[in-house]
Amino acid sequence: MKFKIIIFLFFLLSLVIVSCQDEEQLEFKRYYSLGSLIYQTNCKNCHGTKGEGLRGLIPPLTDSIYLQSNKALLACNIKYGLNGKVNVSNKLFEGQMPPNNLANVSIAEVLTYVTNSFGNKQGTFTIQQVNDNLAKCE
Amino acid sequence: MKKLIGFMALVFIFSACKFNNSNKTLPIYGNRQTVSKVVNGLTTTDTIYQTIPAFKFINQYGDSISSKNLNGKIYVADFFFTSCPSICPVMQRNMITVYNEFGKTNDVRILSFTIDPKYDSVAVLKKYADKLDIKGNTWWFLQGKKDETYHLAENNFLVAVKQDSTVKGGYTHQGYFVLVDKQKRVRGAYDGTNEQQVAQLIKDIKILKAEPVNATVQ
Repeated sequence: MKFKIIIFLFFLLSLVIVSCQDEEQLEFKRYYSLGSLIYQTNCKNCHGTKGEGLRGLIPPLTDSIYLQSNKALLACNIKYGLNGKVNVSNKLFEGQMPPNNLANVSIAEVLTYVTNSFGNKQGTFTIQQVNDNLAKCE
Repeated sequence: MKKLIGFMALVFIFSACKFNNSNKTLPIYGNRQTVSKVVNGLTTTDTIYQTIPAFKFINQYGDSISSKNLNGKIYVADFFFTSCPSICPVMQRNMITVYNEFGKTNDVRILSFTIDPKYDSVAVLKKYADKLDIKGNTWWFLQGKKDETYHLAENNFLVAVKQDSTVKGGYTHQGYFVLVDKQKRVRGAYDGTNEQQVAQLIKDIKILKAEPVNATVQ
């Protein structure tokens, strides 16, 4: 009897774990596909279909190390734009990225798309991260 | 202006029906006049087509460029400004495709006229060209008087441009690539933000290159 209860509880527990994972994956997929649409309308013109940028004019989005080490600044860069010099893929870019007044959830979605496309793989960029990061923009 | 756009749209629609014709000639845009002459007692009629008038601009190297530099050249013209946040990057990306195709041929030129000559000085244009890795004399970034640029754009290249403080960047302009033949006649206009149309432009340039200079095109 006891044994059966243990088995049942174990079964229940694994069910919860599996469904939680599914929930997470679903959220990732939702963020990613909505982010893809936002990317098409707001980012693609300059950064390109494959995130390749535009020669020395517009930085590519393929530099995983840059995206990783500047993760906390990405939301600010999207919302308030970027001015001055940035070093991406061992190349110095100079100029201006215009601000994009997107909702926080949209920023999370597009960042999920960008940081998981073009050779990047960083998982879901949550809205909580976006909120936290935006609170600390310079 | 609106009438002209409407007219061009109509011509586009009609020419679209003939796209698969490999021997096609490109239409000639703009107004035309017929002139009758009496030669040896016979009346002959010539058609005079609208051409791009003489102009003078400065390129990214600080050299003066006039329409004389384009004698015997096919060229593609567009209007942009270096600080443009909207359609320019995608236009330049597509123009690079044209540049890569014809950069080494001697009879094709690309002219990008700035519509913000106050900010886009020769130095700014040079820097912009360097960033795009544009070298040599195939692709000129041209700066001139604002009035002249706008007049040329609207009346001759049939591209609408205007200063507008309500939009990002401060200017609105159409992203057309205008194709001009060796006799300075407009032979096509292509949406520079659309890859398929730019591919068509490349095909059409090849048609123009093969066209005899003195051909009488009806």
